Amino acid sequence: MPEREKLIEIKDLQITFGSGKKKFVAVDHVNFDIYKGETFSLVGESGSGKTTIGRAITRINPVSAGEILFKGQRISGKISKDLDREVIKNCQMIFQDPMASLNERAKVDYIVSEGLINWHLYKDEDDRKRKVEAALREVGLLPEFASRFPHEFSGGQRQRIGIARALIMEPQFVVADEPISALDVSIRAQVLNLLNRLKVSRGLTYLFIAHDLSVVRFISDRIAVIHKGRIVELAEAEELFLHPLHPYTKALLSAVPIPDPELEKKKRLLVYDPSVHDYSVNKPIWEEILPGHFIYGNEKELDGYRKEIVAKENTK
Amino acid sequence: MSREPLLSAKDIEIQFTLRGKVLKAIRRCSLDLYEGETLAIVGESGSGKSVFTKSFLGMLDANGSITGGSIMYQGVDIAQYKTEKEWLGIRGKKISMVMQDPMTSLNPLKKIGKQIEESINLNQGIKGEQAKKMAIEMMHKVGIIDPERRANQYPHEFSGGMRQRVVIAIAAACRPQILICDEPTTALDVTIQAQILDLIRSLQKELNMTVIYITHDLGVVANVADRVAVMYAGQIVEYGNVDEIFYNAWHPYTWALLSSLPQLGVKGEELPTIDGTPPNLFNEVKGDAFAPRNKQALAIDFEEEPPFFEVSPTHKAKTWYLDPRSPKIEQPKSIKMLREKMKK
Repeated sequence: MPEREKLIEIKDLQITFGSGKKKFVAVDHVNFDIYKGETFSLVGESGSGKTTIGRAITRINPVSAGEILFKGQRISGKISKDLDREVIKNCQMIFQDPMASLNERAKVDYIVSEGLINWHLYKDEDDRKRKVEAALREVGLLPEFASRFPHEFSGGQRQRIGIARALIMEPQFVVADEPISALDVSIRAQVLNLLNRLKVSRGLTYLFIAHDLSVVRFISDRIAVIHKGRIVELAEAEELFLHPLHPYTKALLSAVPIPDPELEKKKRLLVYDPSVHDYSVNKPIWEEILPGHFIYGNEKELDGYRKEIVAKENTK
Repeated sequence: MSREPLLSAKDIEIQFTLRGKVLKAIRRCSLDLYEGETLAIVGESGSGKSVFTKSFLGMLDANGSITGGSIMYQGVDIAQYKTEKEWLGIRGKKISMVMQDPMTSLNPLKKIGKQIEESINLNQGIKGEQAKKMAIEMMHKVGIIDPERRANQYPHEFSGGMRQRVVIAIAAACRPQILICDEPTTALDVTIQAQILDLIRSLQKELNMTVIYITHDLGVVANVADRVAVMYAGQIVEYGNVDEIFYNAWHPYTWALLSSLPQLGVKGEELPTIDGTPPNLFNEVKGDAFAPRNKQALAIDFEEEPPFFEVSPTHKAKTWYLDPRSPKIEQPKSIKMLREKMKK
């Protein structure tokens, strides 16, 4: 495989909230790279820190240790004003709930172009209007919608407005924070298609945050599973689904409902028990166990995982 | 099938009056519910699945009313009930409901134990120490660890999954015959979702309940349901046993729902989508309500509403495709491939 360009590099990231006795470590020892042009997914239960990581990349949450690199440049912590502008322009976010993330009192025209206005990224009023129109068209909305208010739209349309607002900045990297979990089944497919289409036409890179694994398998190139602020496993999407190694990944996969009555009723539910890991003596490490397949565990566990891989190879 | 239905809704019509206009939310919808079964109602938002089941408990909003049809339950037509007093004999005692969002369906100012006691108190007339004991027992039943201590806590001290357990405890506290679960897991994580589904299943067995699930997640349907009813634009368009719906569906809307599942998507290809929007129910719907969104719609679909055609004794679909006079239409490939795909 040729060396791919790394767009985002995350090194030993730690994010904490509060201080002193109330200090809470939300994300700890997180390492991963996102290559240009791929869809990288973060999966985990609520409170596992997946959104926090996304927000750290877009510079909404401060980082307490480690660093985040964008095209080889550090973007975490204190950075120059110019770089800050650059990052804000290039890293955009699509939010989870389209009902709550749009300003109810502003017209679509303003909502979509707010980023442009804040950073003076347009020549004149006509240019701004043209940009809004293009962005709305691109996400499958009519330019006339610009003069309406958010409450006049359905959930799927609102999510499209949210996407248009991110796109107008012409970002290279988009953090999509559960963009479809608040939508209806029939609309989900439409929004997923839109995201995929934009990825190709604009050459976008996504960080896709989700808890619905069925969607993640369809959309992502690589998946990282996060549990209690630590990434426990990272692999190519198909690899992760077919050969999960970490017990938490297995439990998570077993909980996904399969839309097939026969298989679903036969399915055995696995429950993850964190106490199976004994890290008191043997400290866990972040290890590349197969090319491109990373896992978190100590020496003893890694040996177990290796045996599992060998056993699987033999049964093939 | 000669089994007597436990509850039988016939030709139900429900209207809402909004700003002087009349919205026909439910258009002649019929449903039989048999004792001990789990029925799942699927459909997109606005298809009327919640409104339809809420009418079984007299929980329609003030501007809505049942304008036609009957709901026979224990020999009485409960669709004729007018006063709150009449409904109180049914709601909570015989038929109970679990709401979608556990974050908003509990009273944040009251202790958890008290909220369960309230339900026991109101519906069974048991008060004081005994009600408290029953509440704690119920909490234990729904899998809340250390119920004595937890009963003295407030909702904000509970996580989403735990709150949903409490909501289920409240709904099941009075041993209802029918438990309606309105999207009980959409607000929850996958791992928690699996636990809650298991819990409802075991409670159903223990308390001998009949369960109606309202959901749009076909994975959940496959997990829990014995029978499935598919709703579109205020009508049930197809119903049958769960296998029949998943493997041998006939209504084009059911096909569309099944094939837009991301699980069936091939990477790099577009997911099939359902274009267009559901019909505006303020207007009269002519013909098959799904026809404008159906690429293979027949001419008659736009003219006349199809009746139910029988696929098997337990499986009926409301589409002209099944009329012997219609041109032969094959089920789409993706539906036939569903099974092979899922095996992976």
